[in-house]
Order: sequence, then C-alpha cells, then structure tokens
Amino acid sequence: MNWLINLGANTLSRLSAIGNASLMLWGGLFAVPRLKNIPLIIQQVYVVGVQSLLIIIVSGLFIGMVMALQGYTILVNYGAEGSLGPMVALSLLRELGPVVTALLFAGRAGSALTAEIGLMKATEQLSSLEMMAVDPLRRIIAPRFWAGVISMPLLALIFSAVGILGGHLVGVDWLGVDSGSYWSIMQSTVDWDKDVINGVIKSVVFALVVVWIALYKGYDAIPTSEGISKATTETVVFSSLAILGIDFVLTALMFGIN
Amino acid sequence: MSKILVDINKMHFQRGGRVIYDSISMQVKKGAITAVMGPSGIGKTTLLKLIGGQLYPDGGEVLFQDENIHQMSRKRLYDVRRKMSMLFQSGALFTNISVFDNVAFPLREHTKLSEEVIETIVLLKLEAVGLRGAAYLMPNELSGGMARRAALARAIALDPDMIMYDEPFAGQDPISMGVLVKLIKELNSALGLTSIVVTHDVKEVLTIADYAYILADKRIIGAGTPEEIRNSSSELVQQFLQGNADGPVPFHFPASSIQDAFLGAT
Repeated sequence: MNWLINLGANTLSRLSAIGNASLMLWGGLFAVPRLKNIPLIIQQVYVVGVQSLLIIIVSGLFIGMVMALQGYTILVNYGAEGSLGPMVALSLLRELGPVVTALLFAGRAGSALTAEIGLMKATEQLSSLEMMAVDPLRRIIAPRFWAGVISMPLLALIFSAVGILGGHLVGVDWLGVDSGSYWSIMQSTVDWDKDVINGVIKSVVFALVVVWIALYKGYDAIPTSEGISKATTETVVFSSLAILGIDFVLTALMFGIN
Repeated sequence: MSKILVDINKMHFQRGGRVIYDSISMQVKKGAITAVMGPSGIGKTTLLKLIGGQLYPDGGEVLFQDENIHQMSRKRLYDVRRKMSMLFQSGALFTNISVFDNVAFPLREHTKLSEEVIETIVLLKLEAVGLRGAAYLMPNELSGGMARRAALARAIALDPDMIMYDEPFAGQDPISMGVLVKLIKELNSALGLTSIVVTHDVKEVLTIADYAYILADKRIIGAGTPEEIRNSSSELVQQFLQGNADGPVPFHFPASSIQDAFLGAT
C-alpha cells in the first residue's frame, strides 16, 4: 500500500507546485506594468540577452558551418549542391535557431536566473523586500521574465543569421558552391510567414517556458546550498526537456499537417 | 489611539505538522522596547514574520494598531508594512548595489523625493549609525557588524513606527554588540519608535528592554519587566537566564527512549 500513498503524495505535491508556479506567473506578470519598471527590464535585457550574445554567435557560426559541410557532401552526389542555401536557411530558421538558442539560453541565462533568485531568497533579500512593502514578484521576477521573452526571439534570429553566414563561408567560399545560387534559391524558397514568423513564434513559446521554469525554480528553491544546486540543475533539465517536447508539438502544428 | 501597538491574541501556528506556537498572547506597548527571548529553533523569526504578515497563523489574531494584519487586503497590508520595518539577522542588504543605494532603495520606491533630498536623508541615516564614511562601499566589503548597521539605516529610512530586530546580536564581537545595543536604545527614544527585539542574548537585551517575554516549548513561560524576569521564581525562566543545559527545557529533541531505539522494543 505504501507505493499508493507515495504516488498520491507525489501527485499532490506536483499539482501544488504547478499551482504555485501559476500563481507566481499571475501575481508578477499580469499585474499592470509600471513605467518605473521599464529601466529594470532594460537592465535585465542586458544581463540575460546581451551577455548571452557571444555564446549564441559562436554556436550559430559553427552550426551553420557544419550544416553546410554535411549538406554539401550529400547534395553533391546528386548534383544538387545549389540547394545548399535553402537547406541551411530552412533548417536554421525552422528548427535549429529556436531550439538550440533555447537550449543554450536555458544553460547560460536560465541557470543564472535560478541561482540568483534562489540566493536572494536564501539571504532573506526577497523577505526584506516584502517587509519594505515592495512586491518581489513585480520588482524582481517580472522584469526578468519580460527581459527573457524579449531577448530570446532576437537571439534566435541572430543565431540563424550568423548560421547562414557560416554556411556561406564553408559552402561558397571554401567548397565552391555558386554564391548567386546560394542566395537566390534561398530567397525564392524561404517564406516569410511560414518559415521566419513560425520560427519566431517557436522561440517566443520557448522563452516563456524556459524563463518561467527558471524563475519558479529559484523562487521555490529550498534556501540552502543543496537546495539551490538542485534547483539550478532542475532548471536546465526541465527546460531542455520542455523545449524538445514542445518543439515536436509546434512543428507538427506548423509544418506537419497541410 | 490605544497604547498597544501590536496585540497578539491566542495565536496558534504550526508548520509541517509541528506545533510552533500553542495559543500565545503578547502585547507590545507603543514607544517601548519589547524583548522576546527564547532558545534557538523556537521560531522567534517566525513570530516576526507572523507580525509582518508574511506568514499566516492557524488560529487567533495579530492586531497592528487595532487592525487585524491577516484579514487585510493585499494593498492595505503593503500600506501597513510601510509603518513597520524589520532588521533581518543577515542584514539582507541587496548585494548588487552600494550601501548608499541600499539605504536609498525604500525612499526611491515609495516616495517621489528628488535625488538631492534623498541624498541628504540617506547620509543623515548613515550618520546615525556611524557609517557615513562607508556610503559608497559594496555590501560584501562590510564586516558583519557594519552590514547590520547599514541594514538598520535602511530600516529607518522611511521613518517607520516600529522596528523588529531579528537576532541583532548574534555572531557579533563585544564591541559591535555594544554599539548595536546603544543604537537600538538611542534610536528608540530619539525617533519615537517602538521596538521588538528577538534574541537569545539575554544579558544584553535585558539592559535596554522595557518589557520582556520568554518563549519556550510553544508557550510563553515568563513575562515582565527585566527586574521581574530576573527575580522570577519559575524554574524554566531561571534555567534560561542561567543557561543550564538540562532542566524543564529538555536537552533532547523529543524522541522515543534510547532503550527502545536500540533494543527494538516495540
């Protein structure tokens, strides 16, 4: 009978965690935004967005280069190396851009957010904000959330753009694909709504999920060193799994059923 | 307005199935320093969080200026919290901004004062705790005692009616402790504050307190002026004052007897 009790207790605690996380989202995010908080959001865009640029640009460049290399060796067998441009562009815009950016973002910025909030909790900074009649959900959580939601789609677009340039570098400059066909076939194949906008929608959804998980895990962390370490790990693991799972669903909805 | 600022009435509180407070009542008089003493782990910080409305009791009521803290709307609670202030054990300074900005924080959040006025107020508050020279240091550059004084300057920035001190003397060297004792006493009379000091440093706090409560075993085991506490005939109170390891407050956390535990008698 013990496993039944454990199952019940586990289910209840999961459900109450989801409830608490939703309350946090509600309390912090859907409150009327105040003008005073805009500088805070800008500051956080710098921390989570601008400071993630290096890892995003370097990863985008290398992924674009590898895709061009792999794509070329396969396409050249069929004499179709001219289609290298659309292949690189479509895979980046539809899939790799949003997904890899979200995974990198979860590791780079998500874990940092969890650790920061968790430590603020452990050092009683959140409590002291409350006692100063300042709502930590509005002052601390909300600016970080919006900063993440603003930053991630932009990072994903930068990732894709740099990846396409990396593909050009390997495909055209090194392997000798015609530059004109790389760009012109890409231009005629890639559709603004279907490919670019759908990619942006994906990364907005990933941003919501990753930042929400990161902030909730920090806010809910047990305020000890083990607690924060566990919360940080969970942020990265849960975010990554959520990104991959949601990506499948979104892809099926956007590209799968025609 | 009545002379009682905080009135705790038959409050009951439990956490994780463990009873922390079993129907306790206490009153904090306006303008006085009230000490709440008790052994570590008794939930003294919890008491302050209950008064501040961060935790909710399972029974009874907590009145602040004759208003029930736990039945207020969120907005009203936030308004009331501007009149109370809390000094956390760790200081809880924001580590990413300087001491000056820490003290200016509540002013910038809650008032529309110009930066020049804020600067004047902040420097005056820092002067009061003797840290004007440290205004532009970061919190990690301060010693423990200085951090607590900086946090005290922040706590008085908005001129509250009441300050709650959570273990202000814990882990302080004798000089810092003396400084803090003096500050609490002086601020209380100079600013017309009401102070609640939660601590286990009995000797220090009894020198400045006007009234004291001793908490142990989920209840209040003694109350009175420092003089009455010192002369109390209660064994519990005397054990606490003299710091005896065992007595009415047991040395052991409640457990089955050691014979049962080792010999497996069930």
